Amino acid sequence: MGDMNSKVVLKAEGIVKVYPNGVVANKDVNLEIVAGEIHALIGENGAGKSTLMKILFGMEQPEKGKIYLNGQEVTLDSPKKAINLGIGMVHQHFMLVESLTIAENIVLGKEPKKNGFFLDRREMLKISSEVAEKYNFSINVEEKIENVSVGVKQETEILKALVRGAKILILDEPTAVLTPQETKNLFEELRNLKKQGHTIIFISHKLNEIMEICDRVTIMRHGVTVETKEVKDTSPAEISSKMVGRDVVLHIDKLPAKKGELCLEAKDLCYTNKLGKMMLDHVSFKLYAGEIVSVAGVEGNGQSELAEILSGMKEKNEGEILIENKRMQDYSPKAFREKGVVYIPEDRMSVGSAERMSIRDNIFACKVDQYLKKNVFLDESRMEKDAKKWIEDFQVLCFSSKQKVNMLSGGNIQKVVAARELTEDFKIIIAEQPTRGIDAGTSELIRRKLIEFRDAGAAVLLISADLNEVFELSDKCVVMWNGKINAYFEDTAELTEEELGYYMLGVKNQSKEEVEKIWR
Amino acid sequence: MAMNMNAKVDRYNRYFSIIRFVVAVFIAFFISFVIMAFSTEHPFSALLNLFIGPFTTLRRFSTVLETAIPLTFAGLSVCVMFKARQFNLASEGGFFLGALTSAIVAIYMPLPPVLSIILALFLAGIVGSLVCGIPGICKVKWNSSELVLSLMLNYVALYIGTFIFNQVAKDPSSAYSASFPFREGVNLGNLIPKTRLHYGIFLVAVFVVFTWQFIYKTKWGMKLRIVGENLKFGKYVGIGTTGIIMMSQLLGGFIAGVGGGAEMLGMYSRFQWSALPGYGFDGVVLNILAKENPAYIPIAAFAVAYLRIGADYMYKKSDVASEIVAIIEALVIVLVAANAFLEKYHHKVITRVTAGDKGGKE
Repeated sequence: MGDMNSKVVLKAEGIVKVYPNGVVANKDVNLEIVAGEIHALIGENGAGKSTLMKILFGMEQPEKGKIYLNGQEVTLDSPKKAINLGIGMVHQHFMLVESLTIAENIVLGKEPKKNGFFLDRREMLKISSEVAEKYNFSINVEEKIENVSVGVKQETEILKALVRGAKILILDEPTAVLTPQETKNLFEELRNLKKQGHTIIFISHKLNEIMEICDRVTIMRHGVTVETKEVKDTSPAEISSKMVGRDVVLHIDKLPAKKGELCLEAKDLCYTNKLGKMMLDHVSFKLYAGEIVSVAGVEGNGQSELAEILSGMKEKNEGEILIENKRMQDYSPKAFREKGVVYIPEDRMSVGSAERMSIRDNIFACKVDQYLKKNVFLDESRMEKDAKKWIEDFQVLCFSSKQKVNMLSGGNIQKVVAARELTEDFKIIIAEQPTRGIDAGTSELIRRKLIEFRDAGAAVLLISADLNEVFELSDKCVVMWNGKINAYFEDTAELTEEELGYYMLGVKNQSKEEVEKIWR
Repeated sequence: MAMNMNAKVDRYNRYFSIIRFVVAVFIAFFISFVIMAFSTEHPFSALLNLFIGPFTTLRRFSTVLETAIPLTFAGLSVCVMFKARQFNLASEGGFFLGALTSAIVAIYMPLPPVLSIILALFLAGIVGSLVCGIPGICKVKWNSSELVLSLMLNYVALYIGTFIFNQVAKDPSSAYSASFPFREGVNLGNLIPKTRLHYGIFLVAVFVVFTWQFIYKTKWGMKLRIVGENLKFGKYVGIGTTGIIMMSQLLGGFIAGVGGGAEMLGMYSRFQWSALPGYGFDGVVLNILAKENPAYIPIAAFAVAYLRIGADYMYKKSDVASEIVAIIEALVIVLVAANAFLEKYHHKVITRVTAGDKGGKE
């Protein structure tokens, strides 16, 4: 890439972006994208990657700075303009209409018309299948989005951008939701796109992916672009230390598990969602003190439903839960908390916190009744004392416990959630995607805490789509596929990523007997 | 460093909301002045009357306070219910039936006056609770819209009230439609001679302090705020959300009912309302002005009362229609409620405040 002929297609210079709440997301950002490369953008959460991409896609306007496209200065004041100039973006959360077909989604907004009014179905199918063929995407464009896998949804998003004439594609954490096999497939497609002259900006948290597919990498930290390097001239260790500004331990050492008493037993849990789909199909397992059991699986195979049922957020249709050999009578969140189950929910903004309330209010939301004077009035001095202690303990970066949660970055919000949950009087931790989308430093802190509590005798159920996390933390591992536990591994250490991937996709399934070992 | 910068931004944001309020009021008055200029030949003297009017006599000033009392009750009532994110407008009906209840007690209860007053206010509160509890219970049980239900319920309250009034309290010998007079001494007295200012002003002060304490200093208040901010979060942290929602509706209704009772026993000697008094809706307006903080509600209530009395004076002294004031009120509220108002300027200053900050997002 670095040769003299390389042509800069997109250039950002001195970008400054300040959000209305005073958060300086981009302070001095300089980025040069060369034609035909796959350019990685890496950084911790809150480093300003997403903001920069939103600026390049016209969704946000910078306070200062210039953007050049093919050497000409441009003002990107709306996504529409960016699209017209050949910039396309695939968001982390898909922007697709579930009830429409792939083809309909691809042409949506620029549908071919018959007589200037009616939708030209034939032309629509032609456009979408042609583009899929051109870029070697093996998908059936007549299928409805609600019936296809996450990988295909992502391919649809990419095709949508391509049909609109995107020469530069921005992919925001495209692999976060994919299985290893789907990721491999995506990379194949990206290489192909590159071959056909497209330029790709690839945002990721995952170092190994960047090493595998990208040509150059730009590292961001605290709203500043630290450095741009050729991938072949760098190493994962170098990138991660530049990203965090210190050396991150990529591996957490842990002591062997000391299996204790039976803490939680689930028997034949079933749950059918509002659309009538059976999300949990007779799921049974046991959790013992002193062990971390992880639930791996592609998203949407029942893991979040399982977590929600085990925390009382959803009510099961069938089955029962026993905690310390006592059958639960009441399945409300309150009852679970009283029995010593704490829950770190996947959605920290809409479930895990009240964002317009203070850090202190968030931490004490579930402890109100323990911090009272005369049984009625809030004991604010005691709250403040403990809040200070826990804020320090969980390293929440803030200027006061009265700061509102929505002023914090994602990682710090997660620390607030952890500080609330892990200071309860608990025996069982249900952690659902506890480190998703948060920076390496916070992830490390939360993982260490989970291990610390495991060693102190807590039972941990870790639901994670991040295989590194599964391998790093768990003692035992189950895989969920299609609402069932389809594999059980006694010892995570003996497992490989490929092997796990097959079970996650349901290509392989263990026999009933093998899975039932979990009962012993 | 970055930490201080955040504190600075926080402080600045607080100043900004005050500045925005003042500018909003100023612009509203300016527009009103322009409108006045079209409708009168002496817009300056009209404007002067509007501002100075309420202060010209003690009697007039006390009228401002008298008007502010029911407004404050209504504001507090709506505030407590809104804190649970329930747009329950049944305060209006609660106010009306509370007033009627206290009137009936004041007419018939053969107790010493002080006991009668206490009983009248208490029963008025209970009736208010019942009225506001209905939309609440329908919401938590069947997820019906509390907004629509409470709006309709207000008319039910009005006509049930009118029916009861006709059956048990109407004085046939009265020249106008009014109840029998209240028993001797069953009223909230007179604070300053030659005015109608009554002891209800102390009662309302107690309610302001009580409501503020309740919302910000008690366990119920904290749970109420949590549930109002994020219902899912409330459920997740183990709060009995339906109980908290119901509690806030009943308490809001109680305040409305007591407000109706205090207004009746403070300002009247017979019940004579034949239409809804409108305080429930005023309560909503006050909460917009006071940003749903009970401590600011009396201030907002005073401001609105001041405007209304000033308007009355202006109307009597000049040829400007008192409706102008309704326009000013509406303009202030629109500008205060508009979150984006002055946002560009705000953003510019925030950018300047944070310029040179080296700390990044954290």
